[in-house]
Amino acid sequence: MSSADADLIRQPASVLAAAICDGEVSSVEVTQAHLARIAEVDGRVHAFLEVTAEAALETAHLVDEKRKSGANLGVLAGVPIAVKDVLTMRGVPTTCGSRILEGWRPPYDSTVVARLRAADMVILGKTNMDEFAMGSSTEHSAYGPTHNPWDLERIPGGSGGGSAASLAAFEAPLAIGTDTGGSIRQPAAVTGTVGVKPTYGGVSRYGLVALASSLDQAGPCARSVMDAALLHSVIAGHDPRDSTSIDAPVPDVVAAAARGDVRGLRIGLVKELSGDGYQPGVLQRFNEAVEILQGLGAKVVEVSCPNFDYALGAYYLILPSEASSNLARFDGMRYGLRVGDDGSNSVEQVMSLSREAGFGAEAKRRIMLGTYALSSGYYDAYYGQAQKVRTLITRDFTAAFTKADVLISPTAPTTAFKIGEKVDDPLAMYLNDIATIPVNLAGNCAMSLPVGLSPADGLPVGLQIMAPPMADDRLYLVGSALESALTDKWGHLLIEEVPNL
Amino acid sequence: MTAITREEVAHLAKLARLDLSATELDHYAEQLDVILQSVARISEVAADGIPPTSHPVPVENVFRDDIAKPGLDRAEVFAAAPATEDDRFRVPRILDEEEA
Amino acid sequence: MSTNHETVPFEEAMTRYEPIIGLEVHVELGTNSKMFCSCATAFGAAPNTQVCPVCLGLPGSMPVLNRVAVESTIRIGLALNCDIATWCRFARKNYFYPDMPKDYQVSQYDEPLCTNGWLDVTVATDAGPQVVRVEIERVHMEEDTGKLTHSGGATGRIHGADYSLVDYNRAGIPLIEIVTKTVVGTGALAPAVARAYVTELRDVMRALGVSDVRMEEGSLRCDANLSLNKPGEGWGTRSETKNVNSLRSVERAVYSEIERQAAVLDSGGRVIQETRHFHEDTGRSTSGRSKEQAEDYRYFPEPDLVPIAPSRTWVEELRATLPEVPSVKRARLQSTWGINEFELATLVNAGAVELVEASIAAGVDAAAARKWWTGELLRVANERGVELAELPVTVSQIARVEALIADGSLNDKLARQVFEGVLAGEGDVDVVIAERGLAVVSDDGALLAAIDEALAAQPDVAEKIKSGKIQAAGAIVGAVMKTTNGQADAAKVRALLLDRLGVSE
Repeated sequence: MSSADADLIRQPASVLAAAICDGEVSSVEVTQAHLARIAEVDGRVHAFLEVTAEAALETAHLVDEKRKSGANLGVLAGVPIAVKDVLTMRGVPTTCGSRILEGWRPPYDSTVVARLRAADMVILGKTNMDEFAMGSSTEHSAYGPTHNPWDLERIPGGSGGGSAASLAAFEAPLAIGTDTGGSIRQPAAVTGTVGVKPTYGGVSRYGLVALASSLDQAGPCARSVMDAALLHSVIAGHDPRDSTSIDAPVPDVVAAAARGDVRGLRIGLVKELSGDGYQPGVLQRFNEAVEILQGLGAKVVEVSCPNFDYALGAYYLILPSEASSNLARFDGMRYGLRVGDDGSNSVEQVMSLSREAGFGAEAKRRIMLGTYALSSGYYDAYYGQAQKVRTLITRDFTAAFTKADVLISPTAPTTAFKIGEKVDDPLAMYLNDIATIPVNLAGNCAMSLPVGLSPADGLPVGLQIMAPPMADDRLYLVGSALESALTDKWGHLLIEEVPNL
Repeated sequence: MTAITREEVAHLAKLARLDLSATELDHYAEQLDVILQSVARISEVAADGIPPTSHPVPVENVFRDDIAKPGLDRAEVFAAAPATEDDRFRVPRILDEEEA
Repeated sequence: MSTNHETVPFEEAMTRYEPIIGLEVHVELGTNSKMFCSCATAFGAAPNTQVCPVCLGLPGSMPVLNRVAVESTIRIGLALNCDIATWCRFARKNYFYPDMPKDYQVSQYDEPLCTNGWLDVTVATDAGPQVVRVEIERVHMEEDTGKLTHSGGATGRIHGADYSLVDYNRAGIPLIEIVTKTVVGTGALAPAVARAYVTELRDVMRALGVSDVRMEEGSLRCDANLSLNKPGEGWGTRSETKNVNSLRSVERAVYSEIERQAAVLDSGGRVIQETRHFHEDTGRSTSGRSKEQAEDYRYFPEPDLVPIAPSRTWVEELRATLPEVPSVKRARLQSTWGINEFELATLVNAGAVELVEASIAAGVDAAAARKWWTGELLRVANERGVELAELPVTVSQIARVEALIADGSLNDKLARQVFEGVLAGEGDVDVVIAERGLAVVSDDGALLAAIDEALAAQPDVAEKIKSGKIQAAGAIVGAVMKTTNGQADAAKVRALLLDRLGVSE
């Protein structure tokens, strides 16, 4: 890799976009630099399941031509991006990290991908993930784990570990993630990057292979708050193909990120999202960040959301229930893996053999859990009760947002753990999402951004900002202010401290 | 809430069309039991009279105009199909041998 | 599979048991596009040509509800005197079957759009027409499944098949399920009530213009639930008979199931709660797939769709679009056409009301229209075992034939032969007339020759007429009609004959 390339890959997306727009560098050069980086390091990181080099260069070339012709370009035109393998992309394998979809090439683009294309962004490929987004470590990918660029023996978080790792490894300046219980934010936290789960309905789910339809939301992954805002503005907005999409203007997240001001803002510390189970190093960096926010003029208050204690339980009933239904279609009849069709087996047997062979351990576990929770006789006690708890959690948020403009907490209770450490201990794994889950249940929005390295292990710690539904701009207002203060303190973004691969 | 038995896990696997091995049945029976005991805490919440949330954002009445548009090309329809015949998806026989 | 074909004759069964019926009717809406996607809904398209990521259930695809499907359902509900929900949702009904692309069906489960309605139906009895009110439990929306064909094995049926083929064109077509409450107290009229209900429902759908309700194409499907109650004892166990694909079969299915259940009960047996399949050819049903354990459908609210909350303004706007209720309309027709209840019942039972109406609109005389549809054409329909509307004859063809009768080019007998040709697919009216040479013989010379021939053959009759016994003319006219193969105008023959003999009426 040339030094020019090495410089290009470390640039923020906003800088690259401006340089491409001004003709200082071509999109082809930027794209080639990132493809070279992928070729160089992805053997060790394994952030990508598929690299679409040829199509990326073709797009980059078209963008360069378009620029030369004087056409108007979007804010991120020509900038490369990595897309989580849970979003369909016409003609490009979409596996969702599962064996059951190996080789499936969708005949259509997801709305998110269509918007990236419409914005003249250059898609580098599809990133690794826990199978069907079930997991917090990317170890549940059928294609092998992704490694955390901060320490290759550690997990990059999950389920969107591939997208987060691609940023931290400088393989892509931007990435798309999806967040059902923290799958954008927790990977962002453990890789020292920025991730946003927009308000439910803010970004179209059309073409997002559903894990839990009432919780899933795609969002931006970036190395800085401003980059995340720019990507957010590209992918968000009403989509008539998604009935749950909100038909309202997208909050001006870019302006908020540019402003970055917390003066007079009330920031609520959620009592239930702290204390036991959170590593001291995580809490230390979190508390320091709170002091910084206070120093910047924010008013910090403590709020209590008592029903958050039940969020994990409700989540692990609602998610598996919806997932068991969403994943039913993977039966080997129309696409995907088919096993045992030798003429002797019935359709039921072939479906069962295909699903047995095609799904991994975590997918099977959750399918059975959900099948159980929805069964007649158990529905009221499990799924029904979980949906009521969901209402109570939403009410807790509503009450808290009367006292505070945004709420904050650590994003994850721990820093990145070792690969293999929790892979067959589902409960321990599920606890990673304890702070991120309430937002998915209530449908509002949240961001994770890095606030330093834990003194205990030198690994990144993330802070979570939560805002009311359709107040996504507040995340950027607060996140940008905090990021500026920290950058001033450190002299650079935290990501600059990631070891050389 | 009662513990989940191996037989129940086997029944769930059948409902969910998963041809689990004997080892898996044992393993999952144990794990599902632990998970269910943990999530069962939600029953402690007094939620009588609380409306359930099925949609996180209150949107109603989303409709599409009744206009027909062309679908996929045949080639795309069958591109990923494990088996086809006469422009249809070919699937194994529906009934088990004892039923047939 | 049950092989018990014992039955008790219907009349005898009626002396001991009271039938209780319940009907579930599925109607495919005639929307341009599917329930949740923009794919076309045309019947008979080449397999898998009306499919997209949504109705194929491809990963990531999402449903968006067809507004017209909702409007049609509300209009059906209003026509059936139902309450329209102020807020309702779709649920997912989870079960694996290869005709269902997502392995769940999107259906309204415990929150139907329309509830608590009724429909009055008229059945003919010895004591004259009787009105029976059938109460409607619910009208709800769901999506149709794909179509399976079974290959291998001898019969092309699911049993013994080696494998099956799936066409998803039908998957996602909007389907309305109309479920009655149990209908009690109809006694021996139960089969007729069942038929009259489905007929009336079909007429309502047709009048609303929401579906083409063609049973033979499956756009109207009926499942008949039946149990027998022994007076003084509790209700019996019910069976559900599926595959009832014509109006006639609705009646036959209920009739034969009464005979079957009565035999089971008479022999001290117990009726099994099961699904049975009706066979048109035998008029009997056979036991369907045995279900050892009830399916667990694991219903839950469909998270990919949002609730439907029809405003009262919208409902009232839709109410204003309702056409005349078929039963009201029939009362009106009875008076304008000057027919009695029995004649009307004949038209209704024959499914001929709309056809007669259309024929009149096309210029056919009311009596003639009734005569054709309930006479010759109905005879052929019954012979072929199809509905009247399915006959390959159009109202404009009837109008054409009637015009030709009026101008003397055809007589009644020839007209029948014209229809015979049209129904046999020989072509349009004029083509059949030309091909078969069916025009009335209007050449006076030819007719006079035939008259002379007949007079010569029957000189005694000729004398009688001459002597003033004009009624004897019939024998000569008949003979002439015979020699001209019926292709003469009888009135004209008679006039020529009298003129020939120099007598006047």
